[in-house]
Amino acid sequence: MSFPWAKNYEPVNPVMKFMDEKLPLPRLVYNAVGAGYPVPRNLSYWWNFGVLAGFCLVLQIVTGVVLAMHYAANSGIAFNSVEHIMRDVNWGWMLRYMHANGASFFFLVIYIHIFRGFFYSSYKAPREMIWLLGVVIFLLTMATAFMGYVLPWGQMSFWGAKVITGLFSAIPLVGEPIQIWLLGGFAPDNAALNRFFSLHFMLPFVILGVVILHIWALHIPGSSNPTGVEVKQESDTLPFHPYYTAKDGFGLGVFLIIYFAFVFFFPNMLGHPDNYIEANPLSTPAHIVPEWYFYPFYAILRAFTFDFIIEAKLWGVLAMFSSILVWFFLPWLDKSPVRSGHYRPLFRKFFWFGLIPCMAVLFYCGGAPAAEPYVMISQIATAYYFLHFLVILPIISSIERPEPLPFSITEAVLGSDDSAVIEPAAKAAE
Amino acid sequence: MASTGTADAHSEANGAASVDGVRRRDFIEIAAVSAAGVGGLAAIYPLVSQMAPSADVLAESSTELDISSLEEGQSIKAVFRKQPVFVRHLTPDEIKQANDVDIDSLRDPQTLQERTEDGHHNILVVMGVCTHLGCVPLGAAEGENKGEFGGYFCPCHGSHYDTAARIRKGPAPKNLQVPTYEFTTDTTIVIG
Repeated sequence: MSFPWAKNYEPVNPVMKFMDEKLPLPRLVYNAVGAGYPVPRNLSYWWNFGVLAGFCLVLQIVTGVVLAMHYAANSGIAFNSVEHIMRDVNWGWMLRYMHANGASFFFLVIYIHIFRGFFYSSYKAPREMIWLLGVVIFLLTMATAFMGYVLPWGQMSFWGAKVITGLFSAIPLVGEPIQIWLLGGFAPDNAALNRFFSLHFMLPFVILGVVILHIWALHIPGSSNPTGVEVKQESDTLPFHPYYTAKDGFGLGVFLIIYFAFVFFFPNMLGHPDNYIEANPLSTPAHIVPEWYFYPFYAILRAFTFDFIIEAKLWGVLAMFSSILVWFFLPWLDKSPVRSGHYRPLFRKFFWFGLIPCMAVLFYCGGAPAAEPYVMISQIATAYYFLHFLVILPIISSIERPEPLPFSITEAVLGSDDSAVIEPAAKAAE
Repeated sequence: MASTGTADAHSEANGAASVDGVRRRDFIEIAAVSAAGVGGLAAIYPLVSQMAPSADVLAESSTELDISSLEEGQSIKAVFRKQPVFVRHLTPDEIKQANDVDIDSLRDPQTLQERTEDGHHNILVVMGVCTHLGCVPLGAAEGENKGEFGGYFCPCHGSHYDTAARIRKGPAPKNLQVPTYEFTTDTTIVIG
């Protein structure tokens, strides 16, 4: 773990010495996010989003635990208890808006973090496990966010719960019993609300556990960097503290300004007005949509409108789950030895003019009504999405001629590297 | 350990393999792991089963409806198992439309006759739950969008149902479900 030149933890204070002998927790922190963790010196602000995602998780846990002190998970009073939080509880409005917008910003940060990984191929060896754990975290976060959205028991909560648990009814033979089992009834009701609350409270701590594994796995090879060239020597790195604590701290400040601008000035902009109407099992809102962060996957779900061997509904559900599960296979689909998109001309074009517009279109269509032309546009975008990962990426990695890589991070940053002269053969081989 | 005889027995009991490689202790190990495994599964069962509908939810499983005031062309929405049920008194025109359809062309082939009770083929009782992902279709109340086939239209993902509530267009795989029901009198239905 870590590089040989990493600074060693040497406590001076007798209390810290005592602590280090009995329970070396300060040593763990020092080596994980302190001066004992050498990090590539060339990290851009795109590398800020892991820390921001961690911050969002803590923010959601803190505001969530506090909200749970006032919320009542009972279908008879849940809706009113949320209004009670908004009107009566001291600072309740702020805590709830922080939690609701915190979910949106958590996803925004996670999406940037994931797409950073796509562009810089952060999933490639030796970092496959970090990537796989990251996809697990994303799936858990989606489940948690979905269950959290059900808790206010508004119209969107109720119908979201119905539609999403309805996905399971697409499974042949056992689908319907599974849906009834998940809901504890024939439609979402008190049983479903209570279990969603229980799981919504518990899953963030599971996420926290997987995040710790994610960071643990990261600290074995160390962070990737914008060149994609691995760290070779001490001059390629800087200690995490104070260099990246400061840089991440600045990024966190910018994040907080934008986040609180939403919390205080546009708190409902990312939500749906229909969720301020209490759940009514007998009336579906005219336009059911999930929260914005699920739009692309919702568009993929709705893109399948025709039966082909299996029924359309099952295709939609399979495609929606596959669209994320395909990420698990990325380390083995993209075989190019070059990591960074900066040195991959063909990959770069398909990233900026293929994947990014495709996701933008899916985002838009996921929030649009289920009518033409959006259905057909979603179908084309869904087709491209899967083509990109399953066909285009493997082909690019076999035909592309990457641009020359710098010898080292030091050379990339300073323009020259003393050790590059010592081994000219190594440079030629790059 | 007083004699070699007891020492041998002792060492065998402690795990020394006999000629065929089987130790007497193997039995204890297999028995212990099996018992723990069965016990573990037995402990999981109630944890899984508690999520299924509870007795009070299952108890709400029948609904009685008076349809004496239901005129031709009118619908009522009732509640069965906390889900909507649409009861519609079909007009002769709607019945004709439903019967004119080529059955083989349907995604879920069923005739109006099969979907209604004998003697009451003009009363269509269906669950108001779209078979796609469970939204409540529009069309039961006055002025709602009835879709392209004059029956029901689900706004969530655009499924169109015809006058016999059969799926005609969109992602839903099945016709709107006909719940189990019976006419206890000419104007009373018991669902469930």
